[in-house]
Amino acid sequence: MSTTTQTRRPHRTGTPRQSGQPRQPRPARRERSYWTYFLPGAVLFTAVIAIPLVYNIYLSLTRWSGIGTPKFVGLHQYTRLFSDELFWTSFRNSLAMIVAMVVVPTIIGLVLAAVLFDYLGRRFRGSVVSVLRATFYLPQILPVVVAGIVWGWILRPDGAVNAILDAVGLGSLAQDWLGDPSFALPTVMLVMVWVQIGYPVVIFMAALGRVDPELYEAAELDGAGWWARLRAITIPQIRPETYVVALTCTIAALKVFGPIFALTRGGPENTTNVPSYFAYTTFFKKLDVGYGAAIATVLTLIIVLVAAGFMVFQARAERKDA
Amino acid sequence: MSVIVTPTTTGAAGAGDPTSTSPAPGAAPGAPAVRSRFTRGPGRWVVLVLVTVTALAVVAPFLLMLLNAFKSPSDYSTNGPLSLPTELYTQGLTTYWNQVNYPQKLLNSIVISGTVAVAATVISLLNAFALGIGRVKGRVWIIGLFLLANMLPQEALVYPLYFFAKQVGLYNTQLSVIIIFTVIQSAFGTYLLSSVLSTFPRSVLEAARLDGASRWQVLWRVIFPITRPTLSVLLIFFFIWTWNEFFIPLVMLISNSTQTVPVALATLQGDRLMDAPTTNAGALISLIPCVIFFLIFQRTLTRGVMAGAEK
Repeated sequence: MSTTTQTRRPHRTGTPRQSGQPRQPRPARRERSYWTYFLPGAVLFTAVIAIPLVYNIYLSLTRWSGIGTPKFVGLHQYTRLFSDELFWTSFRNSLAMIVAMVVVPTIIGLVLAAVLFDYLGRRFRGSVVSVLRATFYLPQILPVVVAGIVWGWILRPDGAVNAILDAVGLGSLAQDWLGDPSFALPTVMLVMVWVQIGYPVVIFMAALGRVDPELYEAAELDGAGWWARLRAITIPQIRPETYVVALTCTIAALKVFGPIFALTRGGPENTTNVPSYFAYTTFFKKLDVGYGAAIATVLTLIIVLVAAGFMVFQARAERKDA
Repeated sequence: MSVIVTPTTTGAAGAGDPTSTSPAPGAAPGAPAVRSRFTRGPGRWVVLVLVTVTALAVVAPFLLMLLNAFKSPSDYSTNGPLSLPTELYTQGLTTYWNQVNYPQKLLNSIVISGTVAVAATVISLLNAFALGIGRVKGRVWIIGLFLLANMLPQEALVYPLYFFAKQVGLYNTQLSVIIIFTVIQSAFGTYLLSSVLSTFPRSVLEAARLDGASRWQVLWRVIFPITRPTLSVLLIFFFIWTWNEFFIPLVMLISNSTQTVPVALATLQGDRLMDAPTTNAGALISLIPCVIFFLIFQRTLTRGVMAGAEK
């Protein structure tokens, strides 16, 4: 992503030259237009993304069980949605997911990346740092559902967490972590922090790689400690990557499905239900297709608005820097 | 999630850089005082231990899984999840292996992810060729659409896709999942490659044109070889992302003969038929292919980055 912002500039300057290009001598034989190369992609995109997306919006204006013809009901599903307690619960839980998947991992990831790169990276061999980085990244490349199932077992009443608490004499703290309505959401949040932590670590470490090391050396000569360097150099220098991490993780948090499916199926008493799981059950368990389509449409709108907001915010911040 | 590709690519090189260029302890007597101070002091061990403990906490679930995958159910119920297995019990592994017909699930996952990775990379390259090199009209809008498609929640597409697939007889076939993910992954690939190719040196293209190369030859003989490192990174990520996909495969693939590795484990766990050792054994078997990719893909990524740096 960082490359995209950098690469945009030459692209702009290249455009005027290109407009003069058709005057250059061309090979005599007739050539397929560039559109031909775009054709397969365009057809597939239309069939798999554009049409289904539009059709889904249409379905959100109907009442339909998936059989027979959808009955047009206007905005009924949306008014129904806004008075549905579960809808508000699921989106409140989205905020909890943003805390667990964006805010906490970004902060911890920043500190870990800075420690790995700026502290351990200078004092130990590179392989030590590589192994640690790979370890943090591991949960990111494994199927999150499988990891969720392992966590589900660990957090069961007879699972490993309670056994560990027992072993250290804190058996009274044992809980049904995922089954108790007051503990389920915080527990799921902790699992999501675990899932997500490797992503900012890897990206921030890559970002630190492009920061001029002389900045750090100069700061150190001036007597700046590790914490001062983190605040004065690291954080401002890797701001573009922080935006990317925040944006992609926020979108991921709004979409989260697999871990919820594996850990709690939205329960107990919907305390961990999220919009995507809510839409899934509405579509395929309650066969209330119009309502499910409305949930999915609202979720899509929120994601697009959040992304657009991020981009405007980033553009404004960049302009202020320049 | 999807934006991982670019930063990680630079990450392999970026993180290697400073450590490899910093002087070895005691190797450079003339180095400035600041440099040599980096390698001294006992404090560094404290920090290393702290970070290592954090890293161990990250792998702890997998260690617990490993510990319990080789336990017999009776051993588990008497000694609990923390004890070492009293014997090396492999029945859990074979039970899960046979119960879900694991080789078939593995084959399904490989076929789906492999086909998607290749097809999505090809489509991405073709799209990016038209958008980034050909600069067809309206490309800014088109690239914007692809970016938007990247962000869409799959819930907004799933019911129409499910319904259409049923209409045309593709429901519960691997082909349906292959087509869907080819498009979803290539939306990201198109976005990324288009911006890479839009900076492609025009002089190289013009030289090729003057030599009489057709567009197809430019694509195949000039652009493809030069972008190969990026394409191989895309290929690997498409493979892993598709392998890990859950929602659409869960909806589309309902029979035993079509399901993928993660879906098989999740549906079986949903039936609550598995005891703890079998759950762990199933998770272990399901994770092994990914761990193997992880090891392979780390090396390939570095190679791709090195190849990119050489040019």
